Amino acid sequence: MTRVAVIVFPGSNCDADTLAAAREAGSDAYYVWHRDADLRHADVVILPGGFSYGDYLRSGAIARFSPIMSAVAAHARAGGPVLGICNGFQILCEAGLLPGGLMRNARLKFLSRPAWVRVETTGTPFTCLYDQGDVLEIPIAHGDGRYVVDERTAAELEASDRVVWRYVRDNPNGSTRDIAGVCNAGRNVVGIMPHPERRNAPILGGQDGARVFHAMEARHATQHAVDVRAVGDRHLRV
Amino acid sequence: MSRYRVQVRVMPRAALLDPQGQAVEHALHALGFGEVGRVRVGKHLVLEVTAATHEEAMAQARTMCDRLLANPVTEDYELAVETTR
Repeated sequence: MTRVAVIVFPGSNCDADTLAAAREAGSDAYYVWHRDADLRHADVVILPGGFSYGDYLRSGAIARFSPIMSAVAAHARAGGPVLGICNGFQILCEAGLLPGGLMRNARLKFLSRPAWVRVETTGTPFTCLYDQGDVLEIPIAHGDGRYVVDERTAAELEASDRVVWRYVRDNPNGSTRDIAGVCNAGRNVVGIMPHPERRNAPILGGQDGARVFHAMEARHATQHAVDVRAVGDRHLRV
Repeated sequence: MSRYRVQVRVMPRAALLDPQGQAVEHALHALGFGEVGRVRVGKHLVLEVTAATHEEAMAQARTMCDRLLANPVTEDYELAVETTR
């Protein structure tokens, strides 16, 4: 069972949905309050959506200095998977764990509606159960969703296969190169603007987002199988 | 130690789309202010700072901007420091 820490900031409002989606996929998911300093042996960390600190100053600008963020950064540096959804994506950018930043939607309006994204790479801990090119219907709910990054970094992201999801049909917020999600150079830190936790069961209108959460469990199972073999091997030698 | 008032002007990067500025520009045009060219919207912060010198107040404010008040990816900032009283 993967241990999934869902970080709760003051103003997070997708924490319960995210926790439920992770549990639905079989993970041992639990909340970690932003003032804590310990991730309690998390395998995966998720920064959920919402409006941490009321989006004051800039979305995610104040949350990135929460005490728990040192532990999140250390987890990320050690190669641990980190997923930022919506406000979580904004926080990861503000923290410098992902390149770029998120600005006001090009047409200013707060958008809460379905969007369509194409899976551009399966080489992350959260997209490994999809096929490249899969088009997913996943809702967006953001006012500051326009991903911006300078041209050089954008070209670098493309060249190194680090654009993870891209809007198709239409680009709701005017993001650079229709980007909806990216990952870091180590591929373990991933940010996405749409909300996969809101599409993980037919009763929610679809389950295109479910594999983001199943992927965490699948990876852990593979890891665990390797561990068991290693233990068995040592046992044989003894 | 003296008290200084630091004015921080944070603006969206010139090269980036500023939809707020555009909306204000359109509203001004609609009101008949055809002479208005480009409008951009930023933020103005006023900080009361204690420091030994004007330069130190400036340096402190610059550090604050680099760490928190402005996002180097999306924004530029300008500082003005004045003595209070």
